Amino acid sequence: MMNQKTRNTLFTILFLLPGLLLFTTFILGPMLYSFRISFFDWNIVHPDQSVWVGLDNYVNILKNNIFQRAVLNTLAYGFITVPGQMILGLIVALLLNQDIRGKSFFRLMYYLPVITSWVIVSLLFEYMFSGQAGMVNYLLRDIFHIIPKNILWLADPVLTFVPIDLLGIWKGVGWTAVIFLAGLQAIPGQVYEAAEVDGANFWQEFRYITLPLLKPTTIYLLVVLTIGAMNAYISNLLITNGGDPLDLTHFVLTLMYEATFSRMDFGTGAAISYLLTFFVFIVSVLQIRLLKKRVEY
Amino acid sequence: MKSAKKQRSSKKFFTYLILIIGLVAVVLPFWYMIVTSLKPQSYIFEIPPRLWPSEVTLDNYKAALSKNTFGIYFLNSLFVAVTSTSLTVLISSMLAYVFARMQFRGKEFIFSVFLIGMVIPPVMLIIPQFIITKQIGLFDSLAGLITVYISMNLSTQTYLLRNFFEDFPRDMEEAALIDGASQWTIFTRLILPLSKPGLSVVTIFTFLYSWDEFPWAHVAIKETSKRTLPIAIALFQTQHLTEWGQVFAASLIALVPVVIVYLIFQRYFVQGISTTGMKG
Repeated sequence: MMNQKTRNTLFTILFLLPGLLLFTTFILGPMLYSFRISFFDWNIVHPDQSVWVGLDNYVNILKNNIFQRAVLNTLAYGFITVPGQMILGLIVALLLNQDIRGKSFFRLMYYLPVITSWVIVSLLFEYMFSGQAGMVNYLLRDIFHIIPKNILWLADPVLTFVPIDLLGIWKGVGWTAVIFLAGLQAIPGQVYEAAEVDGANFWQEFRYITLPLLKPTTIYLLVVLTIGAMNAYISNLLITNGGDPLDLTHFVLTLMYEATFSRMDFGTGAAISYLLTFFVFIVSVLQIRLLKKRVEY
Repeated sequence: MKSAKKQRSSKKFFTYLILIIGLVAVVLPFWYMIVTSLKPQSYIFEIPPRLWPSEVTLDNYKAALSKNTFGIYFLNSLFVAVTSTSLTVLISSMLAYVFARMQFRGKEFIFSVFLIGMVIPPVMLIIPQFIITKQIGLFDSLAGLITVYISMNLSTQTYLLRNFFEDFPRDMEEAALIDGASQWTIFTRLILPLSKPGLSVVTIFTFLYSWDEFPWAHVAIKETSKRTLPIAIALFQTQHLTEWGQVFAASLIALVPVVIVYLIFQRYFVQGISTTGMKG
């Protein structure tokens, strides 16, 4: 008969083992492995014959025009889709946080794009924005008379980001709203009652109660959405066919995939993914720092 | 008094107005997808495009379903998503319980290393995951998808569940311990049954993730018969550029399981998110 202490130790080990094994093999190990690869001209068939190149992979990719363009595209995507999702998500959450009928119906419908796979919605937006018979051109030209003739959205290195960025916002608003909603529901009702007694109007309540109390939620969303935006990949791959036209429309990740799995240049691919990770890490830390600071008054 | 009432009803009116405008923006693309999937192929590029099909046919659905490969892809996806989700729920709740309730040396250190999995971009891992799964013989297999999907979700879901478990009052557990219950009994009989909101959040996220995942499956699956739906749909579209009706018919069928899972578990959803501390 084992004593209580041994039984607890055994229980702890057995419960930790499967999770930690998976984590080490598929997350922690790969993370370190990838770091190593990024310093080599990596030989896939004979990894032991890989040539150490120091920082060459990093330096070469940073000097590469296509990469620089991809960085700009990705940053622009972040600057457009992150605030877009947060503002619209907050509006939806505020509206749904009232005593209204059909609340769960609205919540379900707004969540529909979130649960639909990126592949499906990317193809859908590609079809809607197609040049000749696309729904968007039809609406803009024949119904609203905003444009004189069809726009070839997908053939232009800048306009092609209209469907990609719109898709990023459209797909994310439902999730952002649900997280904001959870944050709103955690605010005790008495706070608002007290404010109403003091004669605060809707805008004052929002500005001086809701926003400050939503700060943790806002920081969380900002960080998570930024990480998501920097890692955007599928919509770009499917809508631009991986950089069309002329490799001008890549995201950092589509470029990383192309380097790795089309050109089999694992060293460069690993260097790109480490640069991205490093950048995302710095941005996350800055976002948390800056926003945390502003609360301390 | 009257003006306050009036103000309130106009506020209601604008609430509904904005919500409905938003609803149209959200639903219109889906509507267009449904309409397109019901059009005969010859109407796919009709000018002007119509939001109401002039001729309705189920041909696209029949064509998609009659390909025996579609059934295989669907079952592959289902198998991968169900297995990954159940194992993630199991393994992450085991981890979370140990981190929440047991005392052992280095606990917080292990936990903080473990949380790295929440912040690193998944892409950074794809190259070595590709190499490692090749070495251990999981490459080009559904098992290779499942193990990676579980691993990718483990950190976040364990973090959520640990917060969730730690909110439970300990009285009942202590009473059970005095009665001689083992940790196993407490975990399976006490903690898990009380954790439906938390486990629902884990289930929804993991199921969605594994049902929709594209980048890893795209890299890790080479054999046609082992494809999952996102890969199959994307490849079908690149091979049959104009057959949008069939693409969308297949897409809509692929949407059914996630909607079902969401509908089953969503009643715990917002509650689960606020109690798991996911809002940060």
